[in-house]
Amino acid sequence: MSRLPVRKTYKLFVGGEFPRSESGRTYEAEGQNVARASRKDVRDAVRVARGAFPKWAGMTAYNRGQVLYRVAEMMEARRSEFADLCSGPKEVERSIDRFVWYAGFADKVAQVLGSSNPVAGPYFNFTVPEPQGVVGTLAPEGPALAGLVSRVAPAIVGGNAVVVVASESHPLAAIELAEALATADVPGGVVNILTGLRDELAPVLAGHMDVNALDVSGADGEVAELERLAAENVKRVVRGVTDDQSAWEISRFLELKTVWHPIGV
Amino acid sequence: MTELDRKQDRAPIPAGWEYATAPESREIVTLRERYGHFVGGEWLEPKETYTTIDPSSEEPLAEVGQATDEEVQLAVAAAREAYDNGWSALAGSERAKYLFRIARILQERSREFAVLESLNGGKPIRESRDVDVPLAAAHFFYYAGWADKLEYAFPNRTPKPLGVAGQVIPWNFPLLMLAWKVAPALAAGNTVVLKPAETTPLSALLFCDVLRQAELPPGVVNILTGDGRVGAAIVKSEVDKIAFTGSTEVGKAIQRELAGTAKKLTLELGGKAANVIFDDAALDQAVEGIVNGIYFNQGHVCCAGSRLLVQESIYDDVIEKLKRRLTTLRVGDPLDKNTDVGAINSRQQLEKIEELVESGKEEGAAIYQPPCRLPEKGYWFVPTVFTDVAQSYRIAQEEIFGPVLSVLTFRTPDEAVEKANNTPYGLSAGVCTEKGSRILSMAQRLRAGVIWANTYNRFDPSSPFGGYKESGFGREGGLHGLEPYLSFE
Repeated sequence: MSRLPVRKTYKLFVGGEFPRSESGRTYEAEGQNVARASRKDVRDAVRVARGAFPKWAGMTAYNRGQVLYRVAEMMEARRSEFADLCSGPKEVERSIDRFVWYAGFADKVAQVLGSSNPVAGPYFNFTVPEPQGVVGTLAPEGPALAGLVSRVAPAIVGGNAVVVVASESHPLAAIELAEALATADVPGGVVNILTGLRDELAPVLAGHMDVNALDVSGADGEVAELERLAAENVKRVVRGVTDDQSAWEISRFLELKTVWHPIGV
Repeated sequence: MTELDRKQDRAPIPAGWEYATAPESREIVTLRERYGHFVGGEWLEPKETYTTIDPSSEEPLAEVGQATDEEVQLAVAAAREAYDNGWSALAGSERAKYLFRIARILQERSREFAVLESLNGGKPIRESRDVDVPLAAAHFFYYAGWADKLEYAFPNRTPKPLGVAGQVIPWNFPLLMLAWKVAPALAAGNTVVLKPAETTPLSALLFCDVLRQAELPPGVVNILTGDGRVGAAIVKSEVDKIAFTGSTEVGKAIQRELAGTAKKLTLELGGKAANVIFDDAALDQAVEGIVNGIYFNQGHVCCAGSRLLVQESIYDDVIEKLKRRLTTLRVGDPLDKNTDVGAINSRQQLEKIEELVESGKEEGAAIYQPPCRLPEKGYWFVPTVFTDVAQSYRIAQEEIFGPVLSVLTFRTPDEAVEKANNTPYGLSAGVCTEKGSRILSMAQRLRAGVIWANTYNRFDPSSPFGGYKESGFGREGGLHGLEPYLSFE
């Protein structure tokens, strides 16, 4: 007699936990019932991300690098599961290697993007990159895994916390990634992943007054309305690559802070 | 006053002292009766005009154009043509030499620009002469050097100019803001359509003569004058980039307008900066920083230290020293070399300041203004300090953009950070303490783009400037100030 497999319940990932949508709704995607987040779930996730941000941003860059590397380790252990949920092993390997690449950049960013400024006066003056805060990310519809990783890794490596609206058509890889993140020492709330209907969730994220940046790289088609909503609190609107890696992708999620101090006795 | 008296804080209050006037001659400036728009290297006779005045006397200075939509389109077309036919293909080293020329001519004609800037804007000649104009020249000199070195600024990328940049600047530092916008745009290989502020068009119009002397190719820089409608028309026109410095309200409207377009945008918007004074600060030095932070340029500074956060234990001392220092500020003729605080830039701005100050009184704050004789004509406001200010008061939340300081107190560094960051803005902040580790910790925790420690309101072309949060995005100055004018596709 063959054994009946135990199925997985696909839930949200908020604050390091896996809650159902507060609305109690699901939708069907990739043959599974997937949690259908509500507008309130978006607001809750933003609040959680805001709470997680100071600690994550305050960790040493070395430490954040290790956490990102740990994500790669956890993903490596789930290679076959990931492969079933995206285009295959190549995409999985690319995604894992991307986390490793960004992990190694954590403690290089300040040196690559910062500067010491030779002002014409007796002042010590330097510029350092800092995270923007809470980033709202619209994950690309595809590639299911590499697209998500390409947007999340550069945002968090610099110290931001993110609220992601997962691919509506391919949400399972996102939930699988959430499980890897949950076991990888990423502090709860640094990455929050919401599954659901893009049209319902994206405007809430775009208009939220406690979100500092809106990543529309993965938004298909019309983004004008989202950008108009983003202007309400002067969000940084990010249009980046959906399956690639670069130091400049990190810089899209960073502010630059310049500090002056007199030199004298 | 002897040095000993000064040290013992027994200096007399010299409010009643008479100062001899020390006026700078305005002979050096020759104004035309009427100015047009500078388009394609030529003066375009304007279809509509308005009168620009001296805010310290309300005397008319000249007639200037109010650009129509059609004139905006002509300017953008001229900039496009200049971009396509020569400027974008010009070697970076040649662009550099044009910028070096402009810097040199600004230096050579610096006094002329300083006097004009004070005439049209109301700022003290000491400031326009020692700050605005030298910094504007320095900005061109700095970015000149980048024009043929962009590959060093952006390794592993291929920087390319964007095309035509539309630039809209404010009235608080007319020539300096022009330099902040034009220098990096040209260094990166773009051409420019720029609109100076409605109330301060004259230094930008004189700058056109610098361009003529530098023999900059026609159409590389086009200058249109007029009010906000002209700015809106530039935003809607066929430009590739918009750079705006001004109010957060207008900045948001521009961001909304550009939503869904490929136009690149940078915004340098309002601020409500906290200047945090700890009990171990060198108090006299701190008071100088406070004064420079809020009364510099009549407080018409987006990064002004308009919220003073004083540690409770030194509150009485600081307020007393500050009040005494205020009595020594000279308010009056912008062209007088002794003047510390000049004229308010416009009637409209004066009314806004008066309205907010009134709200401060009504909400319950205590007001202090030093005894001060103001000229009978023109727009003036006495340097003002509000104490007993609650965080919720409008004078603690809204940008006043005038010589008005709101004082709040704190007990612990955590409370200082909490209060300082409790605003939608994030342009700048100040911190005064003699403890190095505390400076660095505060500098990390204050959410603002520029932190002045034991100083305030310092600027330099090599030093990136720009805001967090609702103070805008993008940086001006430094290597980082090039990026907004380049594409890397």
